[in-house]
Amino acid sequence: MRENLVLVGNGMAGVRTLEELFKHGDDLYNITVIGSEPHPNYNRMMLSPVLASEKTVSDIILNSREWYEEHGIELITGDGVTEISRVNKSVITASGRKFPYDRLLLATGSNPFIIPVPGADKEGVIGFRDIHDVETMLAATRQYKNAVVIGGGLLGLEAANGLMKQGMNVTVVHLLDTLMERQLDKPAAAMLKTSLEQKGLKFLMEAQTAELIGEQRVTGVKFADGSEVDADLVVMAVGIRPNIELLQQAGIYCERGVVVNDTMQTYDPSIYAVGECVQHRKQCYGLVAPLFEQARVAANHLAQVGSTRYEGSVTSTKLKVTGIDLFSAGNFNEEEGDEAMVLQDPASGTYKKLVIRDNKIKGAVLFGDTMDGTWYFQLMREGTNIADFRRTIMFGQHDLGDAGHGDAQVLALPDSAEICGCNGVCKGEIVNAISKQGLFTLEDVRAHTKASSSCGSCTGLVEALLASTVGEGYDEAPSKKPMCGCTEHSHDDVIRAIKQQKLKTMPDVREFMEWKTPDGCAACRPALNYYLLANWPEEYQDDAQSRFINERAHGNIQKDGTYSVVPRMFGGLCTANDLRAIADVSDKYKVPEMKVTGGQRIDLFGVQKEDLPAVWKDLSDAGFVSGHAYGKAMRTVKTCAGKTWCRFGTQNSTGLGVKLEELTWGSWMPHKFKLAVSGCPRNCAEATIKDFGVVCVDSGYELHVGGNGGIKVRVTDLLCKVETEQQVLEYCGAFIQKYREEAHYLERTAPWVERVGLSTIKECILDDEEARKALYDRFKLSQKYAQIDPWKARAEGEAAHEFTPLKIAG
Amino acid sequence: MTMNALAQEAGNWIEIVALEDIPQLGSRVIKTDTVDIALFRTALDEVFAIKDACPHKQGPLSQGIVHGTSVTCPLHNWKIDLASGEALGPDEGCTNVYPVKVENGMVYLGSLEARAA
Repeated sequence: MRENLVLVGNGMAGVRTLEELFKHGDDLYNITVIGSEPHPNYNRMMLSPVLASEKTVSDIILNSREWYEEHGIELITGDGVTEISRVNKSVITASGRKFPYDRLLLATGSNPFIIPVPGADKEGVIGFRDIHDVETMLAATRQYKNAVVIGGGLLGLEAANGLMKQGMNVTVVHLLDTLMERQLDKPAAAMLKTSLEQKGLKFLMEAQTAELIGEQRVTGVKFADGSEVDADLVVMAVGIRPNIELLQQAGIYCERGVVVNDTMQTYDPSIYAVGECVQHRKQCYGLVAPLFEQARVAANHLAQVGSTRYEGSVTSTKLKVTGIDLFSAGNFNEEEGDEAMVLQDPASGTYKKLVIRDNKIKGAVLFGDTMDGTWYFQLMREGTNIADFRRTIMFGQHDLGDAGHGDAQVLALPDSAEICGCNGVCKGEIVNAISKQGLFTLEDVRAHTKASSSCGSCTGLVEALLASTVGEGYDEAPSKKPMCGCTEHSHDDVIRAIKQQKLKTMPDVREFMEWKTPDGCAACRPALNYYLLANWPEEYQDDAQSRFINERAHGNIQKDGTYSVVPRMFGGLCTANDLRAIADVSDKYKVPEMKVTGGQRIDLFGVQKEDLPAVWKDLSDAGFVSGHAYGKAMRTVKTCAGKTWCRFGTQNSTGLGVKLEELTWGSWMPHKFKLAVSGCPRNCAEATIKDFGVVCVDSGYELHVGGNGGIKVRVTDLLCKVETEQQVLEYCGAFIQKYREEAHYLERTAPWVERVGLSTIKECILDDEEARKALYDRFKLSQKYAQIDPWKARAEGEAAHEFTPLKIAG
Repeated sequence: MTMNALAQEAGNWIEIVALEDIPQLGSRVIKTDTVDIALFRTALDEVFAIKDACPHKQGPLSQGIVHGTSVTCPLHNWKIDLASGEALGPDEGCTNVYPVKVENGMVYLGSLEARAA
């Protein structure tokens, strides 16, 4: 017998909770949804664009009536709940209908605060909260001329902008001298006021409303100083109050909002609450991102999984006024002990301010150029130490425009501009999908449009589009990002659990960490396989079925289903015999194309899968081992000509390259890993865009880390300078092992170094000799098990089923 | 035996391979004159046969990672339901499925007449 779940409040927080609940199963409850508005769930944050006629009501519907039907939900609209009877466990609606519940989910939202001045009840005085308010305003714009918006906050300014766009003469009245004082500091607020004035809005600052005048309908606003302004429409946007009247009547404990614990339960354990009506750890939230985090947790507990907690949210704000870019997060007014970094360019109309304490971002205000808002917000939420890049932080994350758009403002691009070059997705398609399908996260956009789902270089652009399209609802960087849909746990959680709980098999990890799927998915299985292999090199049995095909077949799958084969040539050196052997293989197996790779190796393209073991046997007989060009593994050591021939060369750079490759080949990594050794600072081996690069100089060896020549070009950071080859090998092994043990699966060294900070890595590898040597020892131990040539093993018959097709036709 | 002859034997079962010769959460490819068929084995030893071509860009599904009763295409990560051949999630598309059964540890493929899901 299924229990009854009744949702009171058919809005974003409540319905999102149901969506999250359905991820746990469609048949957990008989569900009834009761809403006082006549509409199905719509995107409340999109009311401003509807008011400005940039969108229609049907554009902002998130869940159609069909959605409710498909999920077997009984939907009651236009008939609000008027009584909760906790004794009988039922709710009663305005029309007298009664619905019994086993569990009750309250998402009653909030009400606009109407200032209690004389005349506040006159016709033409409204809040800005729902579709009805918007319809009232739009009707007024057709009949009347003068509008006054009381409240110069986010909502008030969006309302004022919308009314102005409809042709009204709009005055914004604000009690204080700073617009959006909860989000902006004075300089940014002043710039905002100027741009809004240029658009045609009028402002009355430090004006206290005393009375709304008029007969039946309002005709003007009178202020405390006696002055007046004409108004046929007054929009009150001075704040919202959690809508808890119904809950208080039912005796559920409320303060400002209904008080919930970390599992979103009220003081009555069968009653849950989410959204704006909630007070959690003394906080009430009026933005959407926190509501979604609450929804996830509430659903998790309603589904009786009970493995997550809501621990509060850090929020950021974007203003949805077309043509004005504004971003704000955290504490943006510096207090004693804080430092403020400010970048102001009056000519381009940009203002950026970061408030920093102990090398961590506490708050940010951006005006005019908000492209880096997402990045600053992420650094703030994660508490990243910014010491390593303080000098450049004001200039933003330079990789944002790397998809070929330079530093173009993504919002200014036409709809036809291609954002995702891999999958050919244009800006218009992305924006459409976001608003039509109701997408809120990067993952949603990737699933629906494929944008940013391949190489990821346009991720910043897609995030910027998300942030500007959904405004503050965009779930930028959930404080804890689950590894994949199979779990609530993050990569860090999983890595920690594997180490601390000594979990040694995939089923152990999935059981201990309460995986939702029996055997994971294509995202978590390779990650778990890697983590287990990296942590327990002596014991863990590699699971071929949890590896991507390239690593399972030890070749790179090509789009026609054939494979490419890259034999290892240590340090890029080869002999005439080596080349002859490769040529013979190429002839024998009719290899259609050969090519020299960027890492100084020879690639044989177009080999049939069933020929691979025979190809490998011939190569193995000639002395080659696998080049691992297919793996999340150590790839190549690139070298320059070297001292033997080059008149500029120092040290034995080529020989060192060979030694490094002999040390590191075969090692599985979180992602691919490339090395290079250059014989002098001219750096012909391009060592400063590698994961680990060595630049030889007369007095020793410079070690560089965290470079990348691919999607996002990143120049290495200098780790240190050492004097002997032995030190190079030791520091290299230690750096690799630290990366192997701590980076997230599929995280290259470049983002890893940025995430954990170069100083953290230096502390361990440079300052702590014992730690460095321990890392190096652990690396060498794991190499004992990794340096077994997979090609030779398969040439000798291992995993034969992988390469042998079944045939039934004669 | 040719494909045509096989097709005439619609309804008959053709012995293919021992179940234990397909890795759990893995696959084998059946090559015929006209079509490649991917034969999957799940963690619970269920067996499915579908055309070895993703509805998206004809990626070889047999080379993908198997989880639950679906497979993720190795080329662009489309997820395909093994029982119906249909793309899961927001993607839309369908590949052919073939009848298959396991008896006494041996896998049999039914009529090669493709069954559109």
